[in-house]
Amino acid sequence: MSTGRPTAGWWQTTTGARRRRNAALTAAALLLVLFFPQINDALNLGLAGKAIPIAIFITLALGLNVVVGFAGLLDLGYAAFFAIGAYTAAFLTSTVSPIGYVHDHPVNFFLTMLASAAVAALFGVLLGAPTLRLRGDYLAIVTLGFGEIVPLVVRNVPEYTKGTQGMNPIGVPELPFVTFGLATEPWYYLCVAVVLLSVVVTSRLRTSRICRALVAIREDEVAAASVGINPVSTKLFAFSLGASFSGFAGSIWASYLQVIAPEQFDFSVSIFVLSMIILGGMGNVYGVIVGGLLLGGFDRVLAERTSDLLHGIGAALDLGLLREADLTKARTLIFGLALVVMMLVRPEGLIPSARRRLELHLAEERGGDAAERRANVEPD
Amino acid sequence: MTEDGALLVARVVSKRFGGLVAVDKVDFEIPRGSITSLIGPNGAGKTTLFNVIAGLYRPTGGEVTFEGRTISNLSPHQITHLGIARTFQNIRLFQAMTALENVMVGRHTRMRANPFEAILGTPRERREEREVRAKARELLAYVGLEGREDEFARNLPYGDQRRLEIARALATGPTLLLLDEPTAGMNPAETSALTRFIRRLRDELSLTILLIEHDMSVVMGISERVTVLNHGAKLAEGPPGAIQRDPQVIEAYLGRGAADLAKRGETN
Repeated sequence: MSTGRPTAGWWQTTTGARRRRNAALTAAALLLVLFFPQINDALNLGLAGKAIPIAIFITLALGLNVVVGFAGLLDLGYAAFFAIGAYTAAFLTSTVSPIGYVHDHPVNFFLTMLASAAVAALFGVLLGAPTLRLRGDYLAIVTLGFGEIVPLVVRNVPEYTKGTQGMNPIGVPELPFVTFGLATEPWYYLCVAVVLLSVVVTSRLRTSRICRALVAIREDEVAAASVGINPVSTKLFAFSLGASFSGFAGSIWASYLQVIAPEQFDFSVSIFVLSMIILGGMGNVYGVIVGGLLLGGFDRVLAERTSDLLHGIGAALDLGLLREADLTKARTLIFGLALVVMMLVRPEGLIPSARRRLELHLAEERGGDAAERRANVEPD
Repeated sequence: MTEDGALLVARVVSKRFGGLVAVDKVDFEIPRGSITSLIGPNGAGKTTLFNVIAGLYRPTGGEVTFEGRTISNLSPHQITHLGIARTFQNIRLFQAMTALENVMVGRHTRMRANPFEAILGTPRERREEREVRAKARELLAYVGLEGREDEFARNLPYGDQRRLEIARALATGPTLLLLDEPTAGMNPAETSALTRFIRRLRDELSLTILLIEHDMSVVMGISERVTVLNHGAKLAEGPPGAIQRDPQVIEAYLGRGAADLAKRGETN
């Protein structure tokens, strides 16, 4: 491969044994993912239904990674775009949609997915255009507010969204020879395809001049502008691209669950996705997947299983505390603890991006004056 | 094209920060193909005027035209696109990028592949990336950084960082290059090497150069035209020889006792 990309992925920058090892690892992971339903059946793991939400959340994490990891923009309201995508899908395919025409003529689901992504991206532009001009952490505050507003609006306009009652049913994908219904396998493969697509898109973006411009803006916006990068439009692109991933994932989520209600999209969802990125390694596509698998796996599988185990031990030893223990209720506490430990031990994440790690160390060296340096265009 | 071959013209440009008048009604021209220096004591408003030209500050009065076109209402990236590149007084490289990447970023404004082409990896986008990479290597070699392409900017010695910043500015394809104290912090040998290099830039790449400089041997040695600022206002303007003899300049800028020093600079 000699495409000559400077910030290329491992398959272009590393050579020899390391490269072979990485290729083998990827091949093994792909095989595992492709045959997961069969393995799951053979070993009777009972994880088929759990893998789908985990895959959808990994897609969310990959999209948020473009915003937070690549562009360095803290988006605390990412779930809002997830909601916008889900409701767009419902509006276009549900029999309870406020658009009457749709009741008899639901829009093709694959078109709906694209529409959800586009609508989410549009909201990303609307929200980002006025706020991305500002410096500092205003974006975090604005997105935090946006994340709160969207579910509230959904709740308060029941004539369109059915409010807290939720919208149901929602259209499903249609493919020849495949039925998207109660069987999990078609959904699983759809989600895997979406994750793979997201990996390809974000990896390609990472090695492109767009990401190079984003890295420059992240480090020094004034210098970036002085070499001809438009900071606002470049950040806006990253922000709305991230939003479109969320919208895309939202449409599949809605279709898979068949019912969507505002409380599925609250603040904790945004934080959950953000935690995946921080745990896995901001800016590194593979790190983000690992973070997503770990947190998603803990949330959907491990918390339940461990609680069952604790209940068993509690019953055997006759300890009331263990018998009652329910880790699923303590999930936010456990995520919080995981993040705190991570920040202390390995702030760059499990599989960090090399550049991010370097930036972290640079920030440490410079100490507090980095922010100051950014704020002041050196006076005469 | 503007009258008498001026590439950039500033007319009664002022910049106020609250009550402070940093630049006060300055008229200023940069002749096409010249090396023009902007000098003045600390706080005279040199960098402020620089930042007004580069679009970082919007002037509170007056206007700046470049190749006959008003640029004082444009953003920095638009001005760069029109052909004005700059370096910074306190080097502002992208520290976490390699030397090569720094220069490649500089090429951004001349690249045409849109984000969707980048994601799809179209042949055009790949070809463009290859070309930009080759161009960046060429520029690094030109400024004397051959073989250091893959070093992180932060690991380069100070003088090399200055050169890298110039390479990055050159990558934007400028007609006017603004250098803010390029020899600051350099020893005499490095300074004279850089001075020769700046002249080479102008001669070989047919650039026009505007220089802010404190080192009088550099200013007097290479500039055809010198503008002196003091307290934000223009004090004098002319060829270096005349500026050196201007009693007002010697008084304000060099101080009374420094007239001898200026003489020595001339004989160098």
